[in-house]
Amino acid sequence: MSLGGDVGLRVQDVTVELGGRRVLDEVRFELPAGTLTGLIGSNGAGKTTLMRVILGQLSPTRGAVLLPDVAGHRAVGYVPQKFLLDPDMPVRGRDLVALGLDGHRLGFPLPNRERRRRVAEILRAVGAEAVADERVGRLSGGEQQRILIAHALVSRPRLLLLDEPLANLDLRSAREVVDLLARVAREQRVAVLISAHEMNALLPAMDRVIYLADGRAACGTAEEVVRPDVLSRLYGHRVEVIRVGGRVLVIAGDSDDAEPSHPHHHDGAF
Amino acid sequence: MGAVLRAIVEPGFFASPVVRAAVELGGAVTVVAALVGVFTVLRGQSFAAEAVGDIGASGGSSAFLVGAGPLAGFVAFSAAAATVLELIGVQRARGRDVATGIVLGLGFGLTALFLYLASSRESASGATATILFGSIFAIPATALPLVLLLGGTAVLLLAVIYRPLLLVSISPELAAARGISARLVGFAYLLALATAVALAAETIGAILSTALVVGPAASALRLTSRPARALLAAALIGLACTWGGLLLAWDSYYWPPLHHGWPASFFIVALVVLSYLLAGAWTHRPGRGR
Repeated sequence: MSLGGDVGLRVQDVTVELGGRRVLDEVRFELPAGTLTGLIGSNGAGKTTLMRVILGQLSPTRGAVLLPDVAGHRAVGYVPQKFLLDPDMPVRGRDLVALGLDGHRLGFPLPNRERRRRVAEILRAVGAEAVADERVGRLSGGEQQRILIAHALVSRPRLLLLDEPLANLDLRSAREVVDLLARVAREQRVAVLISAHEMNALLPAMDRVIYLADGRAACGTAEEVVRPDVLSRLYGHRVEVIRVGGRVLVIAGDSDDAEPSHPHHHDGAF
Repeated sequence: MGAVLRAIVEPGFFASPVVRAAVELGGAVTVVAALVGVFTVLRGQSFAAEAVGDIGASGGSSAFLVGAGPLAGFVAFSAAAATVLELIGVQRARGRDVATGIVLGLGFGLTALFLYLASSRESASGATATILFGSIFAIPATALPLVLLLGGTAVLLLAVIYRPLLLVSISPELAAARGISARLVGFAYLLALATAVALAAETIGAILSTALVVGPAASALRLTSRPARALLAAALIGLACTWGGLLLAWDSYYWPPLHHGWPASFFIVALVVLSYLLAGAWTHRPGRGR
């Protein structure tokens, strides 16, 4: 069973148990084509596990993941977390993007005008034309991110997954990447899912949010989900939401362990 | 012009059937080694290549014991070494120095044993020099079909796995997201590497074989950022080194000490190192942006 034209992903009551621990607990949501969704949660909330289930690298204990029916190409594009290439790796951005088109195929690639045209087109779409002929490992974090997005998009997936794409970027590059992804979602009719432990960089561009806490998920628009009552139910204890100057702070409001869960900058989430 | 040429190419070079066989055989081996070597450098597996070569040396030397040609021993033992390296997980090459180092030590230990046993026999005199340092002028022309078959198989294998191998080498995560098995691709590549190293060992000796695999490729990768061009450049640089080395070895017959001739392996490796230095100088020449 697969999905129709205007849905990029349907996650149906997915439960994952690893080593007796429930990592995901009946997670269900749907991503419409052409929208940008943030997958928000602190470390250990289950973001990476959910990504692996969607990519088919991990089978859920119960439930199912439905992907669009695509003939002849891959339904899911993926940009992994914390990606830093060796600066001496003699591969241009253009070569890496081309491998996004047919890197899984066997045989030596013959020069192909259609292949070259498609690569150039997607490099233009992500604004990475100017740096496409440099060694990809020598580009800045933001530039590498664009090349990787092009690599994931060039095969025309219906769903684009990005695992913590903003983690290693400065504020300005992060904003540029978010704007780019929102534009890509609309123009290429892709459902874009971005995982992040901090939602503020995504707030202006995000159509929907999936908020993960202890393996449970709440989904909807930011207004629907990022509310004290919804998040308190999710966390299982009292949570406060403070909005200041267009930013949102989610604070665990309970007694002694009143440690703010957001914003919190963690590195090394697995 | 003719005088200059005669000074560079001492008499008889082009007429000699021994030289002809060495040029053909060395050329074929060099191209295979250079093409495979591009990925050895890309994947940071020079050390693995060295380990495969050292185990191959024990194969070549054991072949003397049973009276077979060294090539069969080189190939069989190199392929076995590749399998062992795969089993201990060399695809995460940079983290597996120790595993590679142990395989390498075992190789030389066995080589020492086999060469000792072989040297006690009349028929295997010169085995040590042949195995360790090669004897390109002594390989019979009849070996060419087998060399072409083995080399052709390695290059074909490389061409088949080219794209997945490139993606796995750049990023195992990106490859995994496309459903590519890094282990399977890595093992297929190690077999191609084992073949290339075995052929190179037959030509310039087990100790120097890694230089022929890694050297021209490393020079080529300094000159270009495009994988396909790097393959072409590596093959051309390799050919220049091997054929240039053969020529110098021929010429050296007229150098002191007279009428002995210096080993071709020395000249080939010296030219490989020179090409690497020149490629570096070219990359960092003044006035070149980035």
